[in-house]
Amino acid sequence: MQQYYPLFTAIPLAIAFVNLLITKINKRAGDYLALIATGVLAYMSIKMLFVGPFSYHVGGHLPPWGILLVSDGLSSLMLVVINVIAFLSIIFSLKYMTTYTAKPKYYSLFLLMVGGMNGVVITGDLFNLYVFLEIASIASYALVGFGCEKEELEASFKYMILGGVASTGVLFGIAFLYSITGTLNMPDMAMQLELVGINRAVAFVIALFVMGFGLKASSVPFHAWLPDAHPSAPAPISAMLSGVLIKALGVYTIMRIMFHVIGPNPLVSSIMMFLGALSMVVGGLLAIGQEDFKRMLAYSSISQIGYVMIALGLALNPGIGMMTKALAIVGALFHLVNHAVFKSLLFLCSGAVEYRTGTRDLGKLGGLIRKMPVTMTTCSIGSLSIAGLPPFNGFWSKLIIIMALLRAGYMVYGAIAILVGFITLAYFIKLQANVLFGKLPEAFSEVREAPFSMVLPLVILAILCVGLGIAYPFVETEMLRAAWDTLLDKAGFMNLLLGG
Amino acid sequence: MHDIEKEIRESKSGMTMIVKTIVRFAMGIIILFGAYIVLYGHLTPGGGFAGGVILACGYIILTLAFGKDIALRKLSDQGASIMDNSGALAFIVIGLLGYTGGYFFLNFIDHGKRFELFSGGIIPLCNIAIALKVTASLFAIFIALAIFGKFISGLVEEEE
Repeated sequence: MQQYYPLFTAIPLAIAFVNLLITKINKRAGDYLALIATGVLAYMSIKMLFVGPFSYHVGGHLPPWGILLVSDGLSSLMLVVINVIAFLSIIFSLKYMTTYTAKPKYYSLFLLMVGGMNGVVITGDLFNLYVFLEIASIASYALVGFGCEKEELEASFKYMILGGVASTGVLFGIAFLYSITGTLNMPDMAMQLELVGINRAVAFVIALFVMGFGLKASSVPFHAWLPDAHPSAPAPISAMLSGVLIKALGVYTIMRIMFHVIGPNPLVSSIMMFLGALSMVVGGLLAIGQEDFKRMLAYSSISQIGYVMIALGLALNPGIGMMTKALAIVGALFHLVNHAVFKSLLFLCSGAVEYRTGTRDLGKLGGLIRKMPVTMTTCSIGSLSIAGLPPFNGFWSKLIIIMALLRAGYMVYGAIAILVGFITLAYFIKLQANVLFGKLPEAFSEVREAPFSMVLPLVILAILCVGLGIAYPFVETEMLRAAWDTLLDKAGFMNLLLGG
Repeated sequence: MHDIEKEIRESKSGMTMIVKTIVRFAMGIIILFGAYIVLYGHLTPGGGFAGGVILACGYIILTLAFGKDIALRKLSDQGASIMDNSGALAFIVIGLLGYTGGYFFLNFIDHGKRFELFSGGIIPLCNIAIALKVTASLFAIFIALAIFGKFISGLVEEEE
């Protein structure tokens, strides 16, 4: 398995280009190619969970000169999240994307985005990370504007400009770090930075990274692009953007760099906790007033990412106890996985509703549970999970985060987290009341259940919502333990430079 | 071949006779220089990207001088798309062929004698693949902008 690690980027990138060549001859081939490629990747990513940490030298060049790929608990966890959601989104796309033209181009862009995200997660080289970040971002700019309508192009343009600013910030940050340490290899850079400490240049780098990666993660002062971009994209892409992209490009990169390269310090901790709390409150309050199904989900993403950020911020504080730190990281990682599952479920549900009814306006929908029972049941499960009701998965992760906050003595932040839980419940009740229940408009009396290829991923994701909640102890030991061990073990990360 | 020559001479689109004549002389030199930058990329400054840009400039200058119809006959948008994808694919295949020696992107070809044209193992091959990709991509972007530009300006005229 170890020697095939680079295939996580090579397969999607290669298939993206093969797809465009083959579909010039046979239009149907794109469906199969994308399905097989993402299926293989999902299978490989699940197998990777059971492989211990290792590093891979691309081209056989020794680090710190060559490009280093790193596999540890954190990257394995992220790979599973990315590739499984990508596979389910592709299954959903088979039928859904027939409403759009240029399906082959869609698959190619989708695979480029997956290749970019996998690259960000597996690489151990900071400049390499930037390149893959750009591959995934540029593919997502194009996908947001895929419908080519006025609003979609506007959203795409806005996303591109803001994303470009963020990428520039990240590039400047990387350049600064390179000038301070003389290396781009992340484990090596971590060793050099231990000697330098947090001087003014490093503090500036932290500011640039919080801005750049914070924008990719859509935490509040940098969130303006998300409520436009996510609803504009086709539903499977919204699921990928909200479920995976903001985590792979934003949260994962912050985790990797802040924990492993720069190292935990109180400055970053307090900034991230503040931004997290702000995201939770602002995202939640703005979500209540939304009348568009997908726009409400988009604001809810901002709010939920706030939970992950506040927990990560807490774990970055060197002053708190080991036990609380571990609790915060488990909460953050578990909420990250859960959010990927239920948010992609909800976005796919909105796609299924739009496919059958042609509208996303909450005011015009209603009573659909009688016409689309399976889709609406899964939608309900997703809503209850995200609102944090037991025994669904969202309950456990929010509980752990709140417990960690209270244990560390952050009473105000803990109270905010509880309050935002109620706000979340409020707007998901509004969503359910307007879509599932109430009076069925006459225009929808002929609406049928969504096609099988669209229902299947919904059902799988709904089962995951329930399963991750009930089997929480198993999830913690099997999936999360390796990841939080990794995050707390900076020395182990630096040792990857020597091992291989 | 003769027909195209005749058509180029008689075509009214594009710029004046002076520009057309000079572009016809310069075109060969530009392509030759681009190819040189690509092929000597592993020995001298330049490489796949820089050479590819110069090659694409050759096609762009052709479009400017003779109009897009004649340029598209030299390299059609479909052709550009195929060239673009083949270039990228070739690059990944070179990387995957490294697995014959056990590593992704291993330089598995004999490195040869230093400072000779046939040296550097897979580096010149990578440069050629990148040049294909860059040439086709830049040309395709230019053509897309030219076509859409015309489309949009047509719309504006209609509205007026």
